[in-house]
Amino acid sequence: MTKSWLVIRSQKSLFSIRLDRRVPWVMLTLAIAIAVVMILSIGYGEYPISPLDVVKTLLGIDTGTADHAFVIYVLRLPRAITALLVGTGLAVSGAILQGLTRNPLAAPEIIGVNAGASLVAVAMIVLLPSFPLVALPVAAFTGALVAALLIYLLAWDNGSAPIRLILVGVGVDALAGAFTSLMITFGNIYDVSQALVWLTGSVYGRNWEHIQALLPWLLVFLPLSFLLSRDLNTLALGDDIAKGLGSKVEWQRGWLLLTSVALAGATVATAGTIGFVGLMAPHLSRQLVGASHEGLLPVAALVGGLIVVLADLLGRSLFAPIELPCGVITAAVGAPYFLYLLYSNRNA
Amino acid sequence: MSVTISSTEPALTTRQLTLAYDRAIVIRDLDLVIPAGQITALVGPNGCGKSTLLRGLARLLKPLKGTVYLDSASIFRLSTKEVAKQLGILPQSPTAPEGLTVRELVAQGRYPHQSWLQQWSAEDDRFLEQALAITGMVELANRPLDTLSGGQRQRAWIAMTLAQNTPILLLDEPTTFLDLAHQIEILDLLYELNQTEGRTIVMVLHDLNQACRYADHLIAVKNGGVYAQGIPSNIMTEAMVQEVFGIESRIVHDPVTHTPMCIPISRKARLA
Repeated sequence: MTKSWLVIRSQKSLFSIRLDRRVPWVMLTLAIAIAVVMILSIGYGEYPISPLDVVKTLLGIDTGTADHAFVIYVLRLPRAITALLVGTGLAVSGAILQGLTRNPLAAPEIIGVNAGASLVAVAMIVLLPSFPLVALPVAAFTGALVAALLIYLLAWDNGSAPIRLILVGVGVDALAGAFTSLMITFGNIYDVSQALVWLTGSVYGRNWEHIQALLPWLLVFLPLSFLLSRDLNTLALGDDIAKGLGSKVEWQRGWLLLTSVALAGATVATAGTIGFVGLMAPHLSRQLVGASHEGLLPVAALVGGLIVVLADLLGRSLFAPIELPCGVITAAVGAPYFLYLLYSNRNA
Repeated sequence: MSVTISSTEPALTTRQLTLAYDRAIVIRDLDLVIPAGQITALVGPNGCGKSTLLRGLARLLKPLKGTVYLDSASIFRLSTKEVAKQLGILPQSPTAPEGLTVRELVAQGRYPHQSWLQQWSAEDDRFLEQALAITGMVELANRPLDTLSGGQRQRAWIAMTLAQNTPILLLDEPTTFLDLAHQIEILDLLYELNQTEGRTIVMVLHDLNQACRYADHLIAVKNGGVYAQGIPSNIMTEAMVQEVFGIESRIVHDPVTHTPMCIPISRKARLA
């Protein structure tokens, strides 16, 4: 009999896990694709470096050009890594939300979580210019959490029906967007220009300091999301089924929501709102490895990373020397994708 | 109004169970015994509270008052995972995420038997294959649920509750939306499970004749209380149908199964 699973069990049967058979291959392929795009991305620019020299420099082999190490390590590598990490966080955040709301159209940018994060982050930049960079994720996380709670409470009516969650989310999104605009209109011009660059959703000029601020959040919440993926599977079957299967529904939904919000908040704090990644990546990943979250979450993480790294490369190269923020690229692709999903889900 | 329970031990017992949605009381002060190892059918008109009662028995609804006992322990004192090892529930028309395959769905039935470290044991594999085999879903195991017919989908959900491997199974209208052939197929399957494995089955059924055919114990629910309960041949009377469903009927002898058969005469009595 053909089986679609890969089962890993330790000999003393202390440990076992089950994955879709496609997961390892898909992840390997994605990892290779990410590596290739990152190398191309690091090599591309006003000062081009050949892919071979990029690899050599990254491996610590002298390429004979002293500038390479500086350009790569100080300017371009942190930017590429930021793009990768941000994509990862957004994708997993979106995958969790889609599972929780049982709605393939849910994503942190659509239901206002990202807008909440942006609002608080912009407020910090504009109102408190001396606000330290490392604390920005905390501020954005707070904004995301408040937005998420607001949506949850406003949409609550004997349970949180997915469609109400989305509609209320769109409202919260608009509200947060309006306050952000207000902040920008009345802020100090220098601070506002800073905030604007940040708001467009870009990894421009991101350095190791940004990565330092983002990484701890991912190191905590990505593994947590993987640990909770079995619970997310049961919640995706609906509350009654999940309760019947012995899941502590409210408790687990709380943890998952917190994880999703933390990932969205931290990534928005780092790179602004790079739209539609949290929507597209989980959806594409389901096509690749199916709907079980044990495999879906890590695959979505890689797909999200690949999308943002690629969007950043395209943003810099399509209309060079004009540089488009990667958020513009993901929106240009993502918005039609969203409409397509909306259309194909119209009867659901 | 006679209470006839042939079984020696109860599977589930309720004491003064009061269930409500938003303070609108649906079930009031109900004392009920569900016999172990038997098929119990809950029948009654729409809105009488039979689905609510089933949800209450499965601890999906917190009672306003009273409790449900499972093996002499209150179901709300036990950990929800412990309960899930004893009692499986299939609510009415559940939905699965897009693209989920039958195998993945059925595997979820193993959730209460798993932990963070032990996510897929050899035992999980065995019960999964068994559940697929019993329900005849082996060939369809790798198909996404949304590509199946209503009957196949219902069988997949039943397979999920079977994989849970619980001595007690609660099902809310397992035959709704199915054509006659599939209705009989599902009911036969549940009957076999009861006969071969001795599982206690409690189900809400709309069709009185099917309830009489398959149930050992019939519970007629009216206005949030039990109107009558016992073996079908005892309680299935013209008076009961009149009182509970508000229609005139003739109860005749089913020539195939020798159980009572209800032939409704008209709805005039109810409209008048």
